[in-house]
Amino acid sequence: MSKTLFDKVWDAHVVNTIDNGPQILYIDKHLIHEVTSPQAFNELRERNIPVFRPNQIVATADHNTPTLNQHLPVKDELSRKQLEQLAENCKANNIEFFGLGHKNNGIVHVMAPELGITKPGMTIVCGDSHTSTHGAFGAIAFGIGTSQVAQVFASQCLLLEKPKKLRVKVNGKLNKGVLPKDVILYIISKLGTNSGTGYFCEYAGEVFENMSMEGRMTVCNMSIEMGARGGMIAPDNTTFEYVKDREFTPKGQEFEDCVAYWKTLKTDNDAVFDQEFEFNGEDISPMLTYGTNPGMGIGINEFVPFESNASFEKALDYMDFKAGESLINKPINFVFIGSCTNSRIEDFRVAASYVKGKKKASNVTAWLVPGSKKVEAQIVNEGLKDVFTEAGFEIRQPGCSACLAMNEDKIPQGEYCVSTSNRNFEGRQGPGSRTLLASPLVAAATAIEGKIIDITKHLN
Amino acid sequence: MEKFETLVSRAIPLDIENIDTDQIIPARFLKATDKKGFGDNAFRDWRYDENNQKIDSFALNNSKYSGSILVAGNNFGCGSSREHAAWALTGYGFKVVVSSFFADIFKGNALNNGLLPIQVTPVFLEKLMNYVTSNPNGEITVNLEEQTICVPSNAISEQFEINAYKKTCLMNGYDDIDYLLSKTNDIEVYETSKKY
Repeated sequence: MSKTLFDKVWDAHVVNTIDNGPQILYIDKHLIHEVTSPQAFNELRERNIPVFRPNQIVATADHNTPTLNQHLPVKDELSRKQLEQLAENCKANNIEFFGLGHKNNGIVHVMAPELGITKPGMTIVCGDSHTSTHGAFGAIAFGIGTSQVAQVFASQCLLLEKPKKLRVKVNGKLNKGVLPKDVILYIISKLGTNSGTGYFCEYAGEVFENMSMEGRMTVCNMSIEMGARGGMIAPDNTTFEYVKDREFTPKGQEFEDCVAYWKTLKTDNDAVFDQEFEFNGEDISPMLTYGTNPGMGIGINEFVPFESNASFEKALDYMDFKAGESLINKPINFVFIGSCTNSRIEDFRVAASYVKGKKKASNVTAWLVPGSKKVEAQIVNEGLKDVFTEAGFEIRQPGCSACLAMNEDKIPQGEYCVSTSNRNFEGRQGPGSRTLLASPLVAAATAIEGKIIDITKHLN
Repeated sequence: MEKFETLVSRAIPLDIENIDTDQIIPARFLKATDKKGFGDNAFRDWRYDENNQKIDSFALNNSKYSGSILVAGNNFGCGSSREHAAWALTGYGFKVVVSSFFADIFKGNALNNGLLPIQVTPVFLEKLMNYVTSNPNGEITVNLEEQTICVPSNAISEQFEINAYKKTCLMNGYDDIDYLLSKTNDIEVYETSKKY
């Protein structure tokens, strides 16, 4: 029978099926962090259950870490205790842990791919909804709750109903200044925030085939923002080249054998999806969100739409925007380039290419937060640090930072922030903060101008 | 996990769509390492203003509404996978959330904590929302065994779907770990046969 990429990976991981119930799905890799794991460790301890496969778990500290002075003890007491507890839990259970300051430390969805922990054909879970990022490699990767973290600790498996299958195709070429972030914001703006609920999404077509791995990660990362548990892109030579020679990647013949298997993971020509959508790459502009969910996005030179319902009006009221107005020339005081969506080296390269030789506007606070220690080092080695510091941007240390504002990196009440992160929910970047999601290019341009500009008119 | 039996309760209406888990429990409250205490900060930024004053217009602060059933707009629980959202709702005292659509991860988290997410049709949700809003003292009956939600005094009722396995778990207070641990042999056999 014809199968999709998703079917092939899923079916290869089914241990057993309960009659009229869920399937037991085997998990190859379990990534954990400080915020959603402590209660799961407690649960196992209380029930006297050992961790079943500690060598298939990798831990990092990212959500609740400071992005300044990481060499000093963490000031906030609750945060410090949470981080200490992760270190203790990992030690007690023989789990590999990349804590603050470790050379492999970083945002879980940045560090795992760059170390070669993420590989095609795997099942990967983490107590974080943006685990969908790893689907860029042709892996089934999805976010889980803490009860499920405990289940994977106990059995390396989860009980799940097989999701339905959705395919989004984007063919054609992207216009100048249109980045992977714009592609996914465009898709979500067209399909809505719950269109993918109950589905796993495969992204296919020329636009994704021509995308770098960093770009594919940005796209798959935001699958959850249209409700899909995960997104996937079929592995190809771009994937194999990226994975090759990384720290945790098999070497030599073992790698070649893996590649031979990974090449079989494409969706068969006559495989059937439960739902399909198709868009043209040429129709996509640089995007910006105007509301309080990621589906509320428009092309940067379009107007805030009219819609008559209470939730829509509540969102515009929160953002202090009016239906029918343009966002061009809106003054912006905060810019954040970072998060598991856009904190990889490619994101900083594209921002630096625009910033080079310019100065940020005096009203703007511009934070650049690399996704990992490795990205941080690359920024220095490629000379991007000088470009940014000369322009007046502040480069901080790796972590989730102002994407969710669990640490001190908060956008003040009422302020707008053009952000490369993934969620523009009310208060997401700090109580009362107002987030406009955008690509690293639009974010960089906003920092230079101190207001939103039509980036399409400023590209050479 | 506590067993879920029939529930008769008043309800609190929250007629807002796309309520995300950042609203249910903002990230700054996720620093705790146990499951207790999140109820105090459920919907924190909708319940309190920037000066920590109660916002009277918000339904949870309105003394005329009470009960352990939350009736909310479409696409409830979208966003972050934080199970703290389910702990915040159970900690606040909710046992049931009714909406016309739930986000996947939230739904799973709720079920794993004995919080029953009931997905109803948009038409029923509208009727129920209207009823609850104008009859704060009216009681609603949820019968898990029969898979029904009804307002006895108003003769509106609807059947809801729930996965048979999850229903058994809720009614008996079982959780998935118990089941998975009983399958360790199968899991080990699978591991030895696995090539990639």
